[in-house]
Amino acid sequence: MDILYLLVPLSVGLIFFIIGGIWWAIHRGQFEDVDKEGERILKD
Amino acid sequence: MAFVNSQATTYNDKVVRQFAIMTVVWGVVGMLVGVFIAAQLAWPELNFGIEYLSFGRLRPLHTNAVIFAFGGCGLIGTSFYVVQRTCQVRLFSDSLAAFVFWGWQLVIVGAAISLPLGFTQSKEYAELEWPIDLLITFVWVAYAIVFFGTVGTRKVKHIYVANWFYGSFVLAIALLHIFNNLSIPVGAMKSYSVYAGVQDAMVQWWYGHNAVGFFLTAGFLGMMYYFIPKQAQRPVYSYRLSIVHFWALIFTYMWAGPHHLHYTALPDWTQSVGMVFSLILLAPSWGGMINGIMTLSGAWHKLRDDPILRFLIVSLSFYGMSTFEGPMMSIKTVNALSHFTDWTIGHVHSGALGWVGMVTIGSMYYLIPKLFGQKQMYSVKAIEFHFYIATIGIVLYIAALWISGVMQGLMWRSINADGTLTYTFVESVKASFPFYVLRLLGGAMYLTGMIVMLWNTYKTATSGRSVTVTIPAALAHA
Repeated sequence: MDILYLLVPLSVGLIFFIIGGIWWAIHRGQFEDVDKEGERILKD
Repeated sequence: MAFVNSQATTYNDKVVRQFAIMTVVWGVVGMLVGVFIAAQLAWPELNFGIEYLSFGRLRPLHTNAVIFAFGGCGLIGTSFYVVQRTCQVRLFSDSLAAFVFWGWQLVIVGAAISLPLGFTQSKEYAELEWPIDLLITFVWVAYAIVFFGTVGTRKVKHIYVANWFYGSFVLAIALLHIFNNLSIPVGAMKSYSVYAGVQDAMVQWWYGHNAVGFFLTAGFLGMMYYFIPKQAQRPVYSYRLSIVHFWALIFTYMWAGPHHLHYTALPDWTQSVGMVFSLILLAPSWGGMINGIMTLSGAWHKLRDDPILRFLIVSLSFYGMSTFEGPMMSIKTVNALSHFTDWTIGHVHSGALGWVGMVTIGSMYYLIPKLFGQKQMYSVKAIEFHFYIATIGIVLYIAALWISGVMQGLMWRSINADGTLTYTFVESVKASFPFYVLRLLGGAMYLTGMIVMLWNTYKTATSGRSVTVTIPAALAHA
């Protein structure tokens, strides 16, 4: 199962990328006021 | 920042219109091929002895047409619409968007020609040979630039949850496509995978199941999170849950693939890992399904007279059903019965016809009139008809394959007292015949609905006109 040496790092890399994504979203205030965001799309 | 698109005052709906029309057209084509090969299973003479019409060549044509042509056009088209509306900005690049449309159509035409001719990498859902794979890669990079460029130049601070789903779909498919299709070309239309044996199988199903996860699930969830609230005129039930749904789903999806390789040369522990991750997936899947359906809480009466909403809500019921069935089938003891039987095909179609098909159809019925300056589709009665014939068709289809699948599994494993097999293989084929006819009937009903939709789309498009929508200035902020 040498293939795991490729697939596991790929998946772990992806997980770090996802963690980066959620970190960015939290610290850039994406989830500050989530209640109004659901409403907003109804107005465009 | 001075990006050209952020100065524009109108949305780019031309490319959305093109994709929307082709979604319906490819839907009819792909499902027609599906109905034809379903008939071949009941009556094999229908391949007429012509190699281009043989089941082995038309089956990948069917799957590629419905997944990548129908589903792909639906996903790319709606993502271009949703990202512009929720970010309140024009698409990042008009010319790249046009390239995505024409490039994607070229990929589909390439598939429609090369697959019946017998060119295949023999990887399920990744059959296309290397020149077409390269074209897909270019188109996909252009798509990613347009999508993320639009998000990057947005006029609204918050990125709506649908865009997160669409975005993860774009990124994950790029990763999966590239690594599964790494191959050495040995001719214009022939290549060999760089992986061998069980390694190749593992990469293939790492790709295959994540294609289900990120193409057929995450992408269409993006569609769901925009079009259900819009059609119901209510915000999503819990926006917080939608965020949890997103992160939980993409964190857990990557390792479900090995459940496609139970009881093979794949190490036992890898199979078990695949099974465990598949079971975990039930939680985020159902969270999202409940969130979508509960969006209607307090407004259930809308289901009574809105066939579009009915399409969207029933699609979620099928999503819930197939995301329950999937984890169950990934349990090794259940899989020992279900694997290689028609049950798997039934499961796939409850997801494909029920979830992916119906959420796309519902979204298109919302979208198409808007793109042509109409209040609603040309015929609401036709949508109503489409809903009923499609729903009955799916139920017939999956019920037939449940029965034949379990029956096949039981016949194959049945052993006499002396240890010999009770049934020969051909006896199980013979016993499947009535169910193949029933499944053909169910598929034909679903196709009929799709043809009605094509007619309805044609009438809506010709009685309306292409409209240009101005970006609302009042809402644009931050």
